[in-house]
Amino acid sequence: MKELRLMKGNEALAEAAIRAGADAYFGYPITPQSEVIEYLMAENPVERTGMVVLQAESEVAAINMVYGAAGCGKKAMTSSSSPGISLKMEGISYLAGAELPCLIVNVVRGGPGLGTIQPSQSDYFQAVKGGGHGDYKLIVLAPATVQESVDFVKLGFDLAFKYRNPVMILSDGIIGQMMEKVELFEQVPRATEQPEWATVGKKPGRDHVVVTSLQLQSEEQEKVNLRLQAKYRVIEKNEVRYETYDCDDAEYLFAAFGSAARITRKAMEMARAKGIKVGLIRPQTLFPFPVEAFNKMADQVKGILTVEMNAGQMVEDVRLAVNGKTKVEHFGRFGGMIPNPDEILNALEQKIIGG
Amino acid sequence: MSENLIKPENLVYKKTEVLTDKVMHYCPGCGHGTAHRMLAEVIDEMGIQGETIGVAPVGCSVLAYNYFAVDMTEAAHGRAPAVATGIKRVFPEKFVFTYQGDGDLAAIGTAETIHACNRGENILIVFINNGIYGMTGGQMAPTTLPGMKTSTSPRGRDVVTMGNPLKITELVAQLPGSYFVTRQAVHTPANARKAKRALKKAMEYQKLNKGTCLVEIVSNCNSGWKMTPVQSNKWMEENMFPFYPLGDIKVPQE
Repeated sequence: MKELRLMKGNEALAEAAIRAGADAYFGYPITPQSEVIEYLMAENPVERTGMVVLQAESEVAAINMVYGAAGCGKKAMTSSSSPGISLKMEGISYLAGAELPCLIVNVVRGGPGLGTIQPSQSDYFQAVKGGGHGDYKLIVLAPATVQESVDFVKLGFDLAFKYRNPVMILSDGIIGQMMEKVELFEQVPRATEQPEWATVGKKPGRDHVVVTSLQLQSEEQEKVNLRLQAKYRVIEKNEVRYETYDCDDAEYLFAAFGSAARITRKAMEMARAKGIKVGLIRPQTLFPFPVEAFNKMADQVKGILTVEMNAGQMVEDVRLAVNGKTKVEHFGRFGGMIPNPDEILNALEQKIIGG
Repeated sequence: MSENLIKPENLVYKKTEVLTDKVMHYCPGCGHGTAHRMLAEVIDEMGIQGETIGVAPVGCSVLAYNYFAVDMTEAAHGRAPAVATGIKRVFPEKFVFTYQGDGDLAAIGTAETIHACNRGENILIVFINNGIYGMTGGQMAPTTLPGMKTSTSPRGRDVVTMGNPLKITELVAQLPGSYFVTRQAVHTPANARKAKRALKKAMEYQKLNKGTCLVEIVSNCNSGWKMTPVQSNKWMEENMFPFYPLGDIKVPQE
């Protein structure tokens, strides 16, 4: 039987990590996500499941501890917030290059620089387009509820191991800090065996395992890149996830993810009450992006407004998806400011309907 | 005639199986090959090849994973002690070592080195100190001696503007988490044997979960120092050893 609790997003995510059978968490405190490591330290999962929790000396060290543990074939994760995720970018690139599965949580706050501790979605580009060096992709999951913060931990680990690829949960300060009703899944046992690519100690009769992202021969490095790209195409084909709301009769469309999508739904209600037929696509995976869903809706609607807590980031992917078929505009608040439904509706009327 | 000599009863030395047959890329005269062999022989003699996981750095020994026939991970520059921490925490029963140069361990990776040692991670850190960045072509390292010429200190290291050489091994020895800290060399058979004994001690302490062991090996870099191998070993004895004296720095008080 599933368990129902009222939990804070960050704490629910931490509990989900234990239940997902994670082997190790390495982290460093930063607002607004410190509750993740605080919860884990208080819960002491080493006694529940054997899961190891360690507070590292820096975000840089934490992601490299993840790299070491992930190379051992273990379910390893870290969490941080925007400035801390920037520090982890080197390690994330190495994880992607060495094709190691792991889970990275970014509870986004406003930037750039030290920015603000208030919620934001301004790390979309960093999460989806790279952030670290080299041609690589993370699988990026964007929860809009505490429930999804829980469910995406389990899904994230599954996808990470399925594709040998780092997965990022792109949350934000609202979802991390708010409390909601949440259904917890049952404990998944920790894996007792590691995959054959993992460093576990050389077994007689097999070659020694090497975990590396280094290929000094260009021909070999190109092969690595081609293999990675082929993998990303498979992920694009298989793993797109999104939700649609009131799209059937929609003449206009909102596009929003995470917290912004929640607020946008209120704006939709207000619009419908005024007789404006507007729908919403809420991507749950930012990579792979729901290209087809947007492309299809572009034939039906007169315009799309993306609502984001940033200066206009996902809007670029929506424009690429519809490829000029319909008008795509952006409305955003940023720097920790949260849009209200009135201004979203107003933006729809000004930029799309009247524009 | 040589045919007659190759018989099992005449065998006086056999390459350890913990080293692969891959031809090493190190410059002729460099100490890395000997240091690799000493460590590989220790792993062999202790019978722990199947339980050992190594971490290679960025630097001349970036490809160390091609030479050690143990499972290995290649770390980002300076991050080997953090990577080793991740490995050891999920596999506490395995033997974990890092193999790092001075730029990796004592410049870009200083924080990871100090904190892994301060936590007393049960790992072995093998630290090759040749006072220069070898792989990138002989730039100044954190351990470059005062007055020493490198490609980024062409008039010699001026400590007023460029800072002082960092004795990180002495620093690590001060930390409560470090258990056995020693400075060795491998340029003579006698030194190589001593270094091997130190590496073996360190691995045995790891079995007992005593804390971090750090074995520094002061090494030559004949290419980077622009000398012949023989000259470089002499220069090392005359210049490096007075500044980085060989011997144990922290030994267990038991």
